[in-house]
Amino acid sequence: MTDIAATAAPLTETTTLPARLAKGFVSRLVIIIPYLWLLFFFLIPFIIVFKISLSQTAISMPPYTPVLDFSDGISGFFAGFRELNFDNYTWLTQDALYFNAYVTSLIIAAISTILTLIVGYPIAYGMARAPATIRPTLLMLVILPFWTSFLIRVYAWIGILKPEGLLNQLLMSLHIISQPLVILNTYTAIFIGIVYSYLPFMVLPLYSSLEKMDYSLVEAAEDLGCPPIGAFWKITFPLSLPGVVAGCLLVFIPAVGEFVIPDLLGGSQTLMIGKTLWNEFFSNRDWPVSSAVAVILLLVLTIPIMFFQQAQAKAQEQGR
Amino acid sequence: MKSLGSIRRDFAPWNDPNAKPYIQFDKVTKKFGDFTAVNNLSLTIFEREFFALLGASGCGKSTLLRMLAGFEEPTAGRILLDGQDLRGIPPYKRPVNMMFQSYALFPHMTVEKNIAFGLKQEGMPGPDIEKRVAEMLKLVKLEQFAKRKPHQLSGGQRQRVALARSVAKRPKVLLLDEPLGALDKKLREETQFELMDLQQELGLTFVVVTHDQEEAMTMADRIAIMDKGEVMQVATPAEIYEAPTSRFVAHFVGNVNMFEGKVAEHTADATRITGATGAQIVVDNGGKAAAGSDIVFAIRPEKIKVSSKKPANAVNALEGEVYDVAYLGDMTVYHIKLDDGQIVRASALNASRVTEDPLTWNDRAWVSFRPDAGVVLTR
Repeated sequence: MTDIAATAAPLTETTTLPARLAKGFVSRLVIIIPYLWLLFFFLIPFIIVFKISLSQTAISMPPYTPVLDFSDGISGFFAGFRELNFDNYTWLTQDALYFNAYVTSLIIAAISTILTLIVGYPIAYGMARAPATIRPTLLMLVILPFWTSFLIRVYAWIGILKPEGLLNQLLMSLHIISQPLVILNTYTAIFIGIVYSYLPFMVLPLYSSLEKMDYSLVEAAEDLGCPPIGAFWKITFPLSLPGVVAGCLLVFIPAVGEFVIPDLLGGSQTLMIGKTLWNEFFSNRDWPVSSAVAVILLLVLTIPIMFFQQAQAKAQEQGR
Repeated sequence: MKSLGSIRRDFAPWNDPNAKPYIQFDKVTKKFGDFTAVNNLSLTIFEREFFALLGASGCGKSTLLRMLAGFEEPTAGRILLDGQDLRGIPPYKRPVNMMFQSYALFPHMTVEKNIAFGLKQEGMPGPDIEKRVAEMLKLVKLEQFAKRKPHQLSGGQRQRVALARSVAKRPKVLLLDEPLGALDKKLREETQFELMDLQQELGLTFVVVTHDQEEAMTMADRIAIMDKGEVMQVATPAEIYEAPTSRFVAHFVGNVNMFEGKVAEHTADATRITGATGAQIVVDNGGKAAAGSDIVFAIRPEKIKVSSKKPANAVNALEGEVYDVAYLGDMTVYHIKLDDGQIVRASALNASRVTEDPLTWNDRAWVSFRPDAGVVLTR
């Protein structure tokens, strides 16, 4: 923020001091608004969740013992403080269910991300190499599914994947299979659902990084004796890595905590952290434990990404 | 640079009927949809020649280069390199390398890796690659920049990396697409001479595409002037300038005065021309044009002498008035409006610091030139 004010200052040297201050204020305001938004709608709710995770369940409204409660005066406040503990977190480590749910979620998300990349990359590549006149149309088609409710689209997959569903009917009428395939309520169905739902999040960043690329680089590689496939792996793919990383993060992060897809397509036996969270919250009405599950999920996702971004910034600094 | 001058002086395989052509475009046509980029073009380039394709943008010169590199296939006709038909051979198997207009340096690789890229593709052993890369870096004077990435270099340095990368594989032919287009004027002039020396040193055949006539004139052994997908004239820079064969070429290269007219008569050693506006011109090289036919007499500004009095015993002298004077330091450019209305451009070298015969706006003036000073163009 100060940087912007500093760079703007030399240009406005002739203007009066109040005018300069006003200008600095406006440029700060622009940045302050999104930060305030994040503060109110992300940081404060997160602190509340964290607070709940430190308390215990109780039969009350809301269903947990109050923490940081001022109703009994300042002494009551400190008494409440003493009740704060990490019991819920210890509980999570004691029951293998939670650990398994986290690991399964991470594995499912990782596999789905790779599958989405494999499906999305050719789509993005084809779009980026298409004639410039039809690119907006193709872009529109990628975004089009968002115009229908996400829930409806996932429900539609049940109709396609179930034993007597469209896919099995088609394959059986073509005599490719004689027995209906069991896809619904398996991990395969979850992968299909995630790849389908998150494909645009993969395609868009990939497309934007591929579209920016100068095609003469590929021609130069071929000119220097590199066959097209080699040129792809040596030139196109490395140069699209920022898009690959962005797309993978956009798919991986929400996929880890995904609830709707495993619930609708994965059946009851799938163990994903989003479903565990939902069960704790709504079935067991154990808000403190489910809050602890959510806090751990956030840490599991943010810490590696923070390290990753730091490493990337460092690499970029060295590259410059 | 020991004896490069003498090599260059005697180099003229295009005059030798027994010389074997190195690159041959044989009735090549290239169409993009309805648009004909190259139209039934034939052209011969010799080994070790520095050949320039000169023309305005859209004349087909870049398409010609891209067909030689293999990025485009001709719609019709053949391209031969050293006797081998190039049809169907993909770019990565052709013994030619290209220096791209945008340089197309790989942004994620260091200078070193960029130069080594082509060598790695052909499976050269590691130590040899290192040696060749070091040699190339020395050639383009970028030794201390080996570990830099392209975005850390200046425009001139990038141009040299692109050059080093494209000659590293010792291609049979080096194709250069507007190699100096992105450089500023001063750097461009320096680099022109560097490119010429490099070409001589490596003994390669260079085919350069450019829209800058000065660049083509400076560097090339021969120039092909192109227009609308066709070659208008192929000749040495001096021939192109002094003996253009068409109005287009005369106009395209340098400044020129054109006198429209008819051949009045042929005498034993001269041709008399009557200008459309009445001017009488005698030339000694108009033999090819039939008497009575419509022709154009083209003459360069520096071949015209301007004086305040009618020069004694001048064969061609026309009277007019000074219309404009532009003093450029090394020379002065006059625009003389002849009495028949035509404006003639004449330039005079300012060889001494004081002009004996100063002319200024609205002065009466005479323009004169020798019978061999211009050319008669029939097309």
